[in-house]
Amino acid sequence: MGSVGRVFEGYQQEGYYDEMFESDGSVRPHYQTLFDTFDTLGLAEIKRRSAAAEQAFLQQGVTFTVYSDDRGTERIMPFDLIPRVIPRREWESIERGLVQRINALNLFLQDIYHEQRILKEGIIPNELVYGAVHYRPEFVGIDVPKNIYIHICGSDLIRDSNGNILVLEDNGRCPSGVSYMLENRQAMKRVFPNLFSKNRVRPVDHYGQELLNLLRFIAPPRSGDNPTVVLLTPGIYNSAYFEHSFLARSMGVEIVEGRDLFVQGDVVFMRTTKGPKKVDVIYRRIDDDFLDPEVFRKDSLLGVPGLVRAYRLGNVSLANTIGTGVADDKVIYKFVPAIIRFYLSEEPLLGNVETYLSYFDSERNYILENIEHLVVKSANESGGYGMLIGPQATKEQIEKFRQAIKARPREYIAQPVISLSRIPSICGDVIEGRHIDLRPYILSGEHVSIMPGGLTRVALRKGSLVVNSSQGGGTKDTWVLDRVENNH
Amino acid sequence: MLSRVADSIYWMSRYIERAENNARILNVNMQFALDAEIREGDDPDRYWAPVINTLEDQERFFKKHDRASQMTVFEYMIFAEDNPNSIISCLSNARENARTVRERISPEMWEQINKIYLFIRSNDARAMLEANPYGFFRTIAEGSYLFQGITQNTMVQGEGYDFIRFGKFIERGDYTSRILDVKYHLLLPSGESVGGTVDTLQWMALLRTCSALEAYRQIYFGQIAPWKVAEFLILNENFPRSILFSVASLDDALHKISGGGAGRFSNEAERLSGSLRYFLFYSQIDQIIRNGLHEFLDQIQLRLIEIAEAAHSVYCRVGDVGASS
Repeated sequence: MGSVGRVFEGYQQEGYYDEMFESDGSVRPHYQTLFDTFDTLGLAEIKRRSAAAEQAFLQQGVTFTVYSDDRGTERIMPFDLIPRVIPRREWESIERGLVQRINALNLFLQDIYHEQRILKEGIIPNELVYGAVHYRPEFVGIDVPKNIYIHICGSDLIRDSNGNILVLEDNGRCPSGVSYMLENRQAMKRVFPNLFSKNRVRPVDHYGQELLNLLRFIAPPRSGDNPTVVLLTPGIYNSAYFEHSFLARSMGVEIVEGRDLFVQGDVVFMRTTKGPKKVDVIYRRIDDDFLDPEVFRKDSLLGVPGLVRAYRLGNVSLANTIGTGVADDKVIYKFVPAIIRFYLSEEPLLGNVETYLSYFDSERNYILENIEHLVVKSANESGGYGMLIGPQATKEQIEKFRQAIKARPREYIAQPVISLSRIPSICGDVIEGRHIDLRPYILSGEHVSIMPGGLTRVALRKGSLVVNSSQGGGTKDTWVLDRVENNH
Repeated sequence: MLSRVADSIYWMSRYIERAENNARILNVNMQFALDAEIREGDDPDRYWAPVINTLEDQERFFKKHDRASQMTVFEYMIFAEDNPNSIISCLSNARENARTVRERISPEMWEQINKIYLFIRSNDARAMLEANPYGFFRTIAEGSYLFQGITQNTMVQGEGYDFIRFGKFIERGDYTSRILDVKYHLLLPSGESVGGTVDTLQWMALLRTCSALEAYRQIYFGQIAPWKVAEFLILNENFPRSILFSVASLDDALHKISGGGAGRFSNEAERLSGSLRYFLFYSQIDQIIRNGLHEFLDQIQLRLIEIAEAAHSVYCRVGDVGASS
């Protein structure tokens, strides 16, 4: 049995699954080198390096915007220096599960927007698909390049108290955060230059190139050998603007706003100093609703009038395609294991969190009776909003959700409270366990490619289970080890 | 290059130059006013109103402050967020523009702008201004020099680079003409003939504002005379802050952007910049002063605005016309 050393002295697991320590307190083998390094450094030095990393983020403008005032204050994403480590074998099995899942989701979208076999065979009630806010009936029958719908996916993974990795949700519209994954790695390399080769950490730097390859792959066939790819951003005041700019830079493509584009003769052009230039592929970081005021929200100033026409005619490709939100709907989530079985005739490799739909009478009754023990989520909100954590909620909050569930049963789901795994994190002058999740980034183009690891988000508030940056969350570097561990 | 990007790069460059120019004028004026304090019967405050006049900002300033003094002018010209030309506004705007074009400028350029922006927004900035104002202005000016040096040595010298040059020299030409205009009026009361008595100290201060004192001395052998100072700051071909130098440089930048040959024009902006360039080239200081220096400088400022507007319509108002489908 290993003993907890100086830096980690007094560290309490408090009965949670801990990423770094076995339940008997010994260090998990894949964390041993890291444990030794941190233990030797001492807390004062760790904190000094941590401050250096944050200073670098600030100087480079690695920030996100918080809308607490008119100006939109920029903050750096809180970064915790102690990385999360995933051993090679575990990562390989996660990867297989994610490939299976994204393939199934793409087949599901292809079906939903064409024959709708899955509805006809009664696997999913029609109403649940038709009632999903992000379902786009006007795109039924429209073909998309290479039949890929979700090109960039960020599925959130958690680990439960038994150590099982589960999928908490699929983000198939505009998943964000990948730039923090890449910047975190840069920061760690500066602060701990020697640790990487010692641990044989798999690199993630090729993300920009992989993304560009994918975007070129889905270009309209007529656009020739050198398609023009752009990244469409809502603009500088968007909270994720840094990421948009970062990705455009890592691909070497233009970052455009809606006003930089126009459509003529059903072809998209950008306004350049040398005159109009045709655009072939748009990596859009704007929601469907804002893409084209002619089709969706009339008041959208972010979009491009006529864009959808050009898209329907196949003159421009969009990543992700329009209408993918039906696949990451919180209600449809419950059916993903069934979707995998239906299209692939395989058993799901990654588990789902048990989910109750208030749409079904029996499950609604269960939810209403057990609401104090459940997490209730609105299917139409994200970012940690529209959510009730039963055990932590007041009577008033619970009552409000009860009423909402009865009024709009399609909209709510409930899940048991999962005690997310924890990992040692720097909390002021002590190191304490904090809950984490993991968002891997999955690219589907010519083949499915997943960056080793992803973005580990950590709920830095004591006891909190909410990892979103808008709600006190931070991030950690995530290491997938290339070496195979010896079983001990 | 995207039209919007060209526009942002241009403004980024102008705002950096403007922040530097403000730091220069405040610094020199402060030193000058300090001298006045020790001269009997001289009121140091009387040197501060002209600074506000240079920037043609009297109305807004006097809405906020009763009188111009070092304290009020510093506050207004450095830290006032509601003054679009204050140093803090200039650096914020420069950074805002830089943030939208990060894929077009080098990471080092961005970090330099961000660094000086974080400085002006920090408590250190105010503390430094109080304890060591000279050091403060130097920090701002050096922030701009560093940015320009980094730009020259890290940025691809293509279209974006030329829009930076274009913005910088439009701003600089405008600034030099303004400061000369105001000082000339202040120092040379109307009716007084060229060659009359003048306060050489003030003229030295003006030259120092433009980093021109030593260069001037080498050419004119130390004699400080207003019309010679005017000649130097308007017509010198080699001094990088003179009006002719600025106009020639922005004209070159425009030709590089279009790829057109020197001495010809392929668009309205180039026609205007070329004609101003050669107009200045063939001008003589005696004639300028005979016809009225103020009128001359006013004309320069208007023509610079015309050039900037023409360039904007050539490069930044790419409409739907002309697109082939």
